[in-house]
Amino acid sequence: MMTPQDIPLYEEVVNGFNRLSAADALGRESSDLRKTRQSAFERFRESGFPTIRNEDWKYTNIARFLKEEYMLAGEETVPVAENVRAAMERARITELDAYTLLLVNGVWQKGDAGELPKGVELLTVAEARQDPALSVYFERPADGRERYFAALNTALFSDGLFIRVDAGALPEKPIHIIHVFTGDRNLLVQPRHVWVANRQAELKVIESIVTAGGVTAGGNAKIWVNSLTEIIVHQDAKVDHTVVQTPGEGTRLVQHTTVRQKRQSLYNNYNFTFPGSDLVRNDLQIRLEENHTETHLYGLYLAAGQQLVDNHTLVDHQKPACFSNELYKGVLLEQSTGVFNGKVYVHRDAQKTNAFQQNNNLVIGKKATIDSKPELEIFADDVKCSHGSTVGQFSEEALFYLRARGISEDTAKGLLINAFAFDVTEKIKDPAVEAHINQLISQHIPLTHV
Amino acid sequence: MLIIKNLHAEVEGKQILKGINLTVRPGEVHAIMGPNGSGKSSLASVLAGKENYEVTEGEVIFQGKNLLEMSPEVRAREGVFLAFQYPIEIPGVSNINFLKTALAEIRTYKGLAPLDAKEFLRLSKEKQKLVEFDAKLVNRSLNEGFSGGEKKRNEIFQLAMLEPVLSILDETDSGLDIDALRIVSKGVNKLRSADNAFVIITHYQRLLEYIVPDFVHVLYNGRIVKSGTKELALELEDKGYDWLKEEAHENAPTI
Repeated sequence: MMTPQDIPLYEEVVNGFNRLSAADALGRESSDLRKTRQSAFERFRESGFPTIRNEDWKYTNIARFLKEEYMLAGEETVPVAENVRAAMERARITELDAYTLLLVNGVWQKGDAGELPKGVELLTVAEARQDPALSVYFERPADGRERYFAALNTALFSDGLFIRVDAGALPEKPIHIIHVFTGDRNLLVQPRHVWVANRQAELKVIESIVTAGGVTAGGNAKIWVNSLTEIIVHQDAKVDHTVVQTPGEGTRLVQHTTVRQKRQSLYNNYNFTFPGSDLVRNDLQIRLEENHTETHLYGLYLAAGQQLVDNHTLVDHQKPACFSNELYKGVLLEQSTGVFNGKVYVHRDAQKTNAFQQNNNLVIGKKATIDSKPELEIFADDVKCSHGSTVGQFSEEALFYLRARGISEDTAKGLLINAFAFDVTEKIKDPAVEAHINQLISQHIPLTHV
Repeated sequence: MLIIKNLHAEVEGKQILKGINLTVRPGEVHAIMGPNGSGKSSLASVLAGKENYEVTEGEVIFQGKNLLEMSPEVRAREGVFLAFQYPIEIPGVSNINFLKTALAEIRTYKGLAPLDAKEFLRLSKEKQKLVEFDAKLVNRSLNEGFSGGEKKRNEIFQLAMLEPVLSILDETDSGLDIDALRIVSKGVNKLRSADNAFVIITHYQRLLEYIVPDFVHVLYNGRIVKSGTKELALELEDKGYDWLKEEAHENAPTI
């Protein structure tokens, strides 16, 4: 096993934290935020980077990525060069009418923004964390549980996007956030985002994650993205959140999302992962902190090559009468590895909980694997909970039926993969986004991959 | 058009077809009847190219080409169509996209340009009308949630769209009520021409009242034991299959 000292990145982040703690690097940040950073960094030092001996990382071995050297991305602004523009264009969703925001290595390019929504406060996190009135969103004294990458992000984050939707505001159009990651040397980028939907507000966000010129125009530089997003959905508010992950080779993408739902709020998450990035680890944690909330989680992961795609979800039913439904589907091509871990935790007080979970996988590559693990922990007695997990191959009957109509074997397989994904894609409400996802699927499925 | 010579086939080591001989010419309708387990559906599957059947002896020549060497999709593109006894439900594949894909691949194989959206729509409308297929079903997922009758009618709709040379109807009448049977038969009759041929596999004579065959063959124990005209079907309806079974045993070669 590697000790922390064997991991070049470990030394880099320790030095990085020391630099950051030095006198004015943290600027006008509140003392509580500084304390939060300090304790998060101590937790990271205790936990280190996760290994397969940690239960949450049992099937996700990142040792090979930790052998590489990375530099911490600083606060310097990355120029919006030609390759960044090209990446942004690739991430655009045809026919989508949205407010488009460009973030390069986590830094919002304000100068680039066109029309902005009314009733929505948009700031860079660099600005927000210096504002005493907003610093409360970055201090998390109550949550001392985070470890590994999440703790590292809390300790070292510098920028990201702060969104706050006023009470009762219903922006006309969704916000399309295009995240472009780029570097001319190996970089660790740690964006932090905080989004707040106040009472009866509505927020629709589509995030597209891409890399510029796979990863750089220069060639072999790698990017490790360790991002953390906190979303607070206040009473009677609605948040619709779509994530499209299409970064290129050389990307290690670790995305942590924590959602806190208040009374009668609604949160929908649609997560799509496509071939490209060598490592994708999504941690999606939904904390149902008050009664009568509704949550829908839909996921589709399409993995190819040597790719490792891990989706860890947690639905934490803390209060009574909340509803959650989760459907994740995976297609594993070539030698890819998939991991699904779906945890549903129903607290003793959370009576009348309805919690459903389903994970289905199509394992196509002869050397592809999937580890699927539903985890239900239920401490209340008056609940309805169910879960299911399947792993399968193509139906021979269906393949023959299609071929008997003149359709080639490859096309038939493509149709069947699309059909498999359909249960998730049909849930997308915006037709432009749905078409975009279907197009991405078909881009990867003329089955040269099998 | 189709010449089957001494066709032997097995599935999982079990001999199912034991020497089938059959010749089908353009414009003809052949009915293949026989008791359960005689090999009727197996013959259909072997002709369509189902992979779990292994041909151990004999040959099948379709329009001068060796059919058995072709993959299922090439057989379809050459003009063989199997209307399935149990059409598969494929949720998520829309009926119309499926047909568009199939037709495009068949046309490409024949060196024809694919139909544009407008032409395809026109063709689809025309064929829906011809076989009285509900327009609502056209846009649904392939066979998903269709009733038994709707699935069979969808097979005939596909047949109409793809315009095969040789159509094999595998117990298309099973599970159909009398109205559905009439509609399906009417569709088939409209599609009959001097250039194409039909092989109709059925258990009952009922279907043959609507689609009148030129020839009737009785399959028993993997062989065609009797061939005749449509009167043979009536005789079978009357007397059942037992007399033929006895006859077949008497005529079987002694070892």
